[in-house]
Amino acid sequence: MTAPTVMRTSVVSARGLLKEYGSGPARVRAVRGVDVDVAAGESVAIIGPSGCGKSTLLYLLGGLERPTAGSLRLADRRLERLAEAQLARLRRHAVGFVFQAFHLVDELTAAENVELPMLLAGRSPHQARERACVLLRSVGLADRAGHLPSALSGGQRQRVAIARALANEPTVVLADEPTGNLDSEATTDVLRLFEQLRADGQTLVLVTHDERVAATADRLLTMRDGVLVDETRLTGGSSRSLGAITGLEE
Amino acid sequence: MSESLELSDREPLHGYQLRVVQEVLLALLAQSGAHAYELRARLALALGPLADALNEGQVYVTLGRLEKSGLIRSERVDRMDRRDRRVYELTEAGRERVLAWFEDVSWPKPAPAEFHLKLVAAAAAGLADPVRIVDRQRHELLSGLREAQRAALGERTGAVAGLLLEGVLLRLQADLRWLEACARFWSAAKDRP
Repeated sequence: MTAPTVMRTSVVSARGLLKEYGSGPARVRAVRGVDVDVAAGESVAIIGPSGCGKSTLLYLLGGLERPTAGSLRLADRRLERLAEAQLARLRRHAVGFVFQAFHLVDELTAAENVELPMLLAGRSPHQARERACVLLRSVGLADRAGHLPSALSGGQRQRVAIARALANEPTVVLADEPTGNLDSEATTDVLRLFEQLRADGQTLVLVTHDERVAATADRLLTMRDGVLVDETRLTGGSSRSLGAITGLEE
Repeated sequence: MSESLELSDREPLHGYQLRVVQEVLLALLAQSGAHAYELRARLALALGPLADALNEGQVYVTLGRLEKSGLIRSERVDRMDRRDRRVYELTEAGRERVLAWFEDVSWPKPAPAEFHLKLVAAAAAGLADPVRIVDRQRHELLSGLREAQRAALGERTGAVAGLLLEGVLLRLQADLRWLEACARFWSAAKDRP
C-alpha cells in the first residue's frame, strides 16, 4: 500500500463528495463538496437542521447512493471502482445501517430479522441463529426473539434494528436519526446502546438533528446547506462544570 | 474550595447561589432535625452524581450563617461515635422562610440578552467574528451536554436524580437550538452587503 497513514487508519474517507438531484433549474445540490474521515473505533455525529443534506451524506458514505462527483474509500475499497453487485456485497459485510423508521421485515420475527443479513452473507442457519440470540440478549430483548415487529414497541423495534446492524460485525455502523421516532424513555435506551457500542470500540457514524443524540459521539460535525461548517471534539468536562450548568454552583 | 469561599463572602440572599443553598438546607430541615452529615446525605440522594459538585464546606458555612440569622438553632448531643455531634433544627422564623420559599415563583434566568448583545457588538465593531463566537459557545455547551447525558445514562430508570439531569439536558438543548439560530443569522449577515 502506498496510501499515507491517515488513509489507512481511516475506515471511511471521503474527498469532494457531491450529490445532485434533477437537472436544469430544478437541480438540487444536496451535498456540496464534503471531505470527511472516520477513524477506526471512532464515533462521529453529523448534526444539522432537516434538509441540510446530512442523510444524503450518510447514504453516500454507506454506499447506498452514488455521488455525482468525489471519491470515497470504505473499508479499504474505493467505491467508485465497484460494480453494483460488488458494492452490494461490500455494504452487506462492512456496513450496518440503522434507520429512523427501523425498516424491519414485518413478516419475520425479531430473531429472523437479525438472522437475515447473516444468511445473505453466507453464514449457516445454525450460526445465524446462535449469533442472533447473542445480539438480541445484548440489546436486552432475549425474551422477545419470537415476536413479530408489530408486537414490539418503537424502542424495542429500534433495538432489534441495532442488533441486525451488528449482525455481520460491520466495519462501521451508520445510523440515520435513530431516535427520531422514539419517545424520551426509548431514546434513553437506544442512547445507552450507542454508548455501549462506542465503549466497545465500534466505529459509528450517526446523523441527527437532536443535540442529545449527537452529544454521545466523540466528534461532532455540523452540516448546513450541504457543507460541513464546523467540527469539534467533545470532551467530557468535569463534574464541576456539570454543577455549574445545574445551578448548584456558579 | 476557593469558589465557595468567594461565595460565602457575599451578602446572604444576594447571590442566587447562596440563597438557594440556604433555602435548600432549611427545607431539608423541615422534615426533621438533623446532623450536618445527615443533611449532606439527604442532598446526595436528591442530586445523584451532581452531589459531587456540591462543596462540603459550604454546608457547614451555610449552617453557621443560618444559625446567626436565627433561622435554625443547634444543640450538642452526646454521641460517642461521632465528632459531629451538633443537631440542627428549624426555628419558627426558619419554618416561615421555608414556606415562603415554597410559594416563591422566581426562576433563574438563562439570560440570552447578554450573549445576544455580545454578538451584535462583535459584528458592529468588526473585532470578532460572531459566527466564531457562536461556534465556540456551542462547543462548550455540547461538552456540557455530553457530560450531563453520560451522567443521565448512568442513572437507573426512575431515580430522582435522573429528573434533575433531564432538566439540565432539556435546558442545554434549548440553548443549543437558539445558538443554531444565531449561527444561521450571523452566517447570512456576512453575505449581506
